[in-house]
Amino acid sequence: MSLTATDIRNLCLATLVFAVCALLPLGDQGYWLGLGVTIAMFTALATSWALFSGPTHYISLATAAFFGVGTYVTGLGIDTLPFWSLVGLAGVIGAVLAALVGLATLRLSGVYFVIFTLGLAELVRQVITWVQNNSGQKGLYVLTDLDEAGIYWWLLGLSAAVFLAGWLIGRSRLGFALRIIGDDETVAAHSGINTARAKVLLFMVPGAVAAMTGAILAPRYVYIEPSLAFAPILSFQVVIMALLGGASRLWGPVLGVIPFTFLLEAVSSNFPNQTTLVIGVAFLVIVYLLPGGFVGLMGRINRHLNTREGT
Amino acid sequence: MSTPVLSLRGVTKRFGGLVAVNAMDFDVAEREVLGLLGPNGSGKSTTLNLISGALPLTSGHVSLWGNRISGLPAQTITRKGVSRTFQLVRLLPSMNVRENVVAGAVFGHRRRWGQDAWDHADALLDKVGLGGKGDMALGQLTYIDTKRVELARTLASDPKVLLLDEWLAGLNPTELQIGITLIKSLRDEGRTIILVEHVMDAIRSLCDRCVVMASGTKIAEGTPTQVLSDKEVIRAYLGDDDA
Repeated sequence: MSLTATDIRNLCLATLVFAVCALLPLGDQGYWLGLGVTIAMFTALATSWALFSGPTHYISLATAAFFGVGTYVTGLGIDTLPFWSLVGLAGVIGAVLAALVGLATLRLSGVYFVIFTLGLAELVRQVITWVQNNSGQKGLYVLTDLDEAGIYWWLLGLSAAVFLAGWLIGRSRLGFALRIIGDDETVAAHSGINTARAKVLLFMVPGAVAAMTGAILAPRYVYIEPSLAFAPILSFQVVIMALLGGASRLWGPVLGVIPFTFLLEAVSSNFPNQTTLVIGVAFLVIVYLLPGGFVGLMGRINRHLNTREGT
Repeated sequence: MSTPVLSLRGVTKRFGGLVAVNAMDFDVAEREVLGLLGPNGSGKSTTLNLISGALPLTSGHVSLWGNRISGLPAQTITRKGVSRTFQLVRLLPSMNVRENVVAGAVFGHRRRWGQDAWDHADALLDKVGLGGKGDMALGQLTYIDTKRVELARTLASDPKVLLLDEWLAGLNPTELQIGITLIKSLRDEGRTIILVEHVMDAIRSLCDRCVVMASGTKIAEGTPTQVLSDKEVIRAYLGDDDA
C-alpha cells in the first residue's frame, strides 16, 4: 500500500481543486453560490451512488429515502443538539438503514432491487406523513445561523470525504471484490468472496452520504415536510447525473453533475413546467448515445486516436 | 486407507421430480487424481457443483478431511481449500489477464494482496504457459488461453482440492498433451484433483481411479482400465449390444 508518484500527484491535484472550490463564497454570495451548493450536493450524492452502483450494476433509487431521513434528523434534533453532531448522527442512521435494506434486498437482483429502493423512499415518506397527520403537526421548522456559505463548505467537505473514501475503497480488497462481483457473482463466490457482506458494506456508503447531505441541507429549506424531503425526483437526478458522467470511474459522476446542473438551471428558469421532460429526454440520450457516460466517450475517443496513430 | 481428503456419502440432488444425482458415495485420497466419467446428462457437473457449494444438496453430505462442508456457502468452501474451474469458462471481462488471476489469490484459501499477489499471479501465468501475457485483454486470447487463465485463477489461492470441469475439452492434440502435463504437475505438487472428463487419452494417462455415473447414479468405480472394460459402463455409453 505505498503511494506511487501518480497517486501523490492526483492527491495534490484534488486538494488544490477542492481548495479553489472552497473560495467560491468569497467571490459571490448570490446566484453562483446557490449553483455551487447544488453542484456540491449532487457531487456528494452521485459520486457516492456510483461507488456502489458503478461496480455492482445495481441501480439504487433509494437516495431520496436516505436524504429525507437526514433532513428529519436535523429537523427533529436542531433544538437540542449541535449541528455537527446531527450530521454525524444522520450518517450513522443512514448507514444502519442502508445495511437493513441491503440485507433484505441485495439477494434480489436487477429490477426487483430497483423497485424496492424506489418503494422505500415512498414508504418512509408515507409513514412520516401518517405520523404527522396523527399528531396534528404539519412540518418542521429548521432555524439555524448557518448561512448559504456555511452549507456550501459543509457539502464541499462531505464531497471531499466521499472522494477520499472512494479512492481508498478503490485500492482496497473490498473495492476489488466489488469489481469481481460486478463481473461475475458466481466466480466471486468461488474465489472466496462473501458477496452478500461485500455488497451490504458498500451499500452503506451512499446511504450514509445521502443522509448526511440531507442533514446538511435541512437548514436551507427552513421548513421541511415529507413531500419536499422525500421527493423521488432526487433519486432519478442522481442516477442520471452519475450515468451521464460515467459510473465506472471515481471522477466520472462529477463530469455529469456540473453540465446537468447548468442544464436544469437554464431549463427551470426559462421553462419551469418542462423540467421533468428535460430529465426524461436526458435519460434517453444517455441510454442511446452515451452508454458509458462521458468517461466511456473519452475512452472511445482515446482508442480511436490511438488506432489512427498506429496506422 | 488414511482419512480421505474428500468423501461423499449419499449425496443427492433433486430438481423438482428429476433426480440429477442419486445417493453418490465415493472417497478421494490425498494426491489422487479421480476421474468422474459418464455420458452427457449423467450428473457429473451437478456433482461438482454440489461439492463446490454452487448448488445446495437435497440430502447426504460431503466432508473435507472428515469435516462436513456441505451446506456451507461456496465462498467458505473455497476458503477451506477447494477450488474449481467451470464447464463453460468463466472469466472477469472488465479485467486484464493478470487481474483475473489476482482475483483468485485475494480472498481464497491462502490470501495475498498487493505486490505479493501480482508477483504470484505472474508466476502462475508462467506456469500455465501464459508468461508475459499478463497485461493483455481477455478478448485477445485464444480458447485454450482463456482456459489457462481460469486454471491460473483457480490455482491462485493454493487449493488442496482442485475440481476441473471438462478442462481439457475442446483442445487440439498438441494442446491436449500440454494440458495433461500441466495437470500431472499439479498432482506432483501435492494437490488432490477431481476431473470431469470425456477425453479418453486424458483419463487413461491421468486418472488413478475413476467413478462412472449414469442417470445420476454411480455404476462403476476402479482404475481406468477396469471401468472402461466394465459391461455396465459400455452399456451406459453405447447402449445394449442387441439394441
